[in-house]
Amino acid sequence: MNIVVCLKQVPGTTEVSIDPETNTLRRGEVKSIINPFDTYALEEGVRIRERYGGRVTAVSMGPPQAAEMLREAISCGADDAVLLSHPAFAGADTLVTSCTLSQAIRKTGEWDVVICGRQTIDGDTGQVGPELAEWLEAPFVAYVTAVEEVTGSTMRVRRMVEDGHEVVEMLLPGVISVVKEINVPRLPSLRGLARARKADIPVWTPEDIGLERDTVGLAASATKVVRVFFPERTRRGEMIEGDPKGQVEALLHRLRSAGIAPGRRDGDD
Amino acid sequence: MIEVRSDLCTGCGSCVDACPFGLIDIADGLASIGEGCNLCGACRDACPADAIIIQTDGEALSADDSYRGVWVFAEQQDGEIKDVAYELLARGRELADTLGTALSAVCLGHSIDGAGLIAHGADQVYLVDDPSLATQQEDLYAAELVRLVRQHRPEIMLAGATSFGRAFFPRVAAVLKTGLTADCTGLEVDTEKRVLLQTRPAFGGNVMATIICPARRPQMATVRPRVFKKNSPGVARQGQVVRVDFQRERVTARTRLLGFVRDIAERVKLEDAEIVVSGGRGLGKPENFAIIRELADALGAAVGSSRPPVDEGWLPYAHQVGQTGKTVSPKLYIACGISGAVQHLAGMQTSDIIVAINDDPHAPIFEVANYGLVGDLFKIVPLLAERLRGE
Repeated sequence: MNIVVCLKQVPGTTEVSIDPETNTLRRGEVKSIINPFDTYALEEGVRIRERYGGRVTAVSMGPPQAAEMLREAISCGADDAVLLSHPAFAGADTLVTSCTLSQAIRKTGEWDVVICGRQTIDGDTGQVGPELAEWLEAPFVAYVTAVEEVTGSTMRVRRMVEDGHEVVEMLLPGVISVVKEINVPRLPSLRGLARARKADIPVWTPEDIGLERDTVGLAASATKVVRVFFPERTRRGEMIEGDPKGQVEALLHRLRSAGIAPGRRDGDD
Repeated sequence: MIEVRSDLCTGCGSCVDACPFGLIDIADGLASIGEGCNLCGACRDACPADAIIIQTDGEALSADDSYRGVWVFAEQQDGEIKDVAYELLARGRELADTLGTALSAVCLGHSIDGAGLIAHGADQVYLVDDPSLATQQEDLYAAELVRLVRQHRPEIMLAGATSFGRAFFPRVAAVLKTGLTADCTGLEVDTEKRVLLQTRPAFGGNVMATIICPARRPQMATVRPRVFKKNSPGVARQGQVVRVDFQRERVTARTRLLGFVRDIAERVKLEDAEIVVSGGRGLGKPENFAIIRELADALGAAVGSSRPPVDEGWLPYAHQVGQTGKTVSPKLYIACGISGAVQHLAGMQTSDIIVAINDDPHAPIFEVANYGLVGDLFKIVPLLAERLRGE
């Protein structure tokens, strides 16, 4: 069973500010971490290998320092790691990111399962997983909460939907995205740390995966960001001053006059 | 221009089935493409021998102007249209009117009826009704929607950011090789360029970004439920229902639904609750959520949370309100100890009345609150609960 796990390095905090002089984003000196949702993807990949055998390959696209994150992935159980890093890759939207990752995954060889986190905490789109599946011409199941069984040609999973869980069988090779309910990621092992230190992590450029420079990164992206701004708040509310008791009375009065009559209960249970 | 390479074509006929316009024939063991081709690329994608070549003059810098119309993917479950489809039709109507074009709804399922979609604003409904579409089968849905888009060429296509929409719409975008913007909270159009201005929280939700898809069509976006308000149905509205013949044999489904387990119903469902009481980081520790539950009980309300308490594991993800959690739009939303990151505001700012209780007078939550109470939530919240219980 060849398992590929997609990882992204993200800023450890989502606090940002805008430089009032230049009107650009100031992200400050923040530590980078593995996208938290991807740690569940990695753990699940390692667990599938422990149950069924095979290899886990971690793949990431990012700046050169993302290699450190991939070492961390090896210390937590990945067998190999590959980094896609080149200035031309920068600024890719989800369509181009997924295309680029698909080319890298093909280059790693025969694969059975690709596992992604449900979304990243900086982009929050959740689109790379399903778009990647399409580029790989593979089926996709999102929001997986449990991998129940894997056979040579199928995988049975549980997925989270609005009001419950569905049990879905998917033909392999296939792509899944996982949610944090699926497992508790392990800490690095001593053996893993030693392996990670020695690991050779290849760095691939667009040419290495057979892509022209103008088919990757910002240049090839379908979407463009045209404006970044702090939201303007038009709703100006009323501040209710006073001591807690006075504040509570004033609030209740206003809610009642607004037609909301809190306190009436339809039935106790 | 489009060309079939005779040295590669095997005459297998995959392209014949793939062409949405039925323009391809196999003659003398080779594919032959008839008049009327719009270079949609379906045959090229379907060709196992890579024998079909489409040449364009580099990457187009401006969009193909032949795309017209606004489409809403109307998701249904068990034959019932989801509210988010009506909400998108309300906004889609405004966009279509601004652009001077038509609004269409596309609905796939079994035993479905398009009348409600017309009453909520659609000029036209494409109804694909087939027993195999009764459950949401991604492979079948994606293939059919792609086929319809290639045939009718809408310039804008919207879908609800439900668990199904978020998994299936990106696949459609990837096949069409066009841009998709997730979880938009604002949609406007630039009428001159016919460009959709898609606004969403970005960088973890602390700022907003406006995103466009300048050169590819359709321009695709998802919107979470309850971000836009649906219109009341206009029973007299006229529209056309187009029944689309679904050719099941054209597509292979690679996933199969084996079963469904309904989660034990929460006492009050967060998304449907008329009143929501939410707690945030300001509560300090998990035990302190007791005062939030107490206030919620006194109000018959559901309990919500901002992201930090859920990330800390104080309460399950099902309670999270915000960009990465649930979107709610209750009559009354009470935010206790929540600072109000854009990420949270995106999930609750359409509530009718927002009350904020926080000890930091500069917390952004006060900017969206109708009523702000600066003070100690550990004093105010229990007192409010007590008064509501009539003590």
